[in-house]
Amino acid sequence: MTTNDQHIRNKLKDRVVGIAGCGGLGSNCAVAIARVGVGRLIIADYDKLDATNLNRQYFFADQVGKSKVIALKENINRIDSCIEVETHEIRLNEENIPEIFKDCDVIVEAFDLAEMKQMIVETVLEKMPDHYLICGSGLAGWGENDTIGMSVSGKLYIIGDGSNEISDEYPPLAPRVGIVANMQANQVLEILLGKM
Amino acid sequence: MEITLNNTREIIQEDNITIAELIRIKNFTFRLLVTKVNGQLVRKEDRDKVHIKEGDDVMVLHLISGG
Repeated sequence: MTTNDQHIRNKLKDRVVGIAGCGGLGSNCAVAIARVGVGRLIIADYDKLDATNLNRQYFFADQVGKSKVIALKENINRIDSCIEVETHEIRLNEENIPEIFKDCDVIVEAFDLAEMKQMIVETVLEKMPDHYLICGSGLAGWGENDTIGMSVSGKLYIIGDGSNEISDEYPPLAPRVGIVANMQANQVLEILLGKM
Repeated sequence: MEITLNNTREIIQEDNITIAELIRIKNFTFRLLVTKVNGQLVRKEDRDKVHIKEGDDVMVLHLISGG
């Protein structure tokens, strides 16, 4: 580990990041953030792990049937047992988001449905305007690396291809979901550490 | 009138239009949008009430399922 890596870990150890949804985007983003040393994660999801999730989500076959927040906490703490992971097994809504994520420096939107994405964007912009929010939008299918980008509006960041909706023909798959999730994590770092 | 739309300067032929009308004129067809005018959120139900004027900074962001 280089000296600067230790310096970065020291900067990140007191920071708090919220992950709203622990599916493809949330699980991969949380793991990336945990590996670099963010000290505290607040993760929320109501769902349980299904075998069909394993094509893209950061879980393992022996965790099928478990609560996603519990399974993700286990996986993060297997990487680094010092990271504090606060779990909320709950369906997020306009009322509970401001309470659950109030301590966060940055919130990562990692929902599946566009309706839920719209709900958290409107909730954060209206009720938590000082918080950074990083959304994923457009990640279905495969290939087309050059279409994935980011748009910024104030403290709102939207990352993805901006066009490919999931469908039976174009499901969400590990590579593109992982790219968007890691770009979200990368933006979290830029906010917490400043630009390079 | 000249406005900034999604970080780009644009001339809109029509004056005194609402956000809902702008969305129709620009043919933004995505099902779920988030709209902001001068940094302030405009909720979906207010898009036909809030008018855009010369020099406004308008963001129309679309959100797509998948995560």
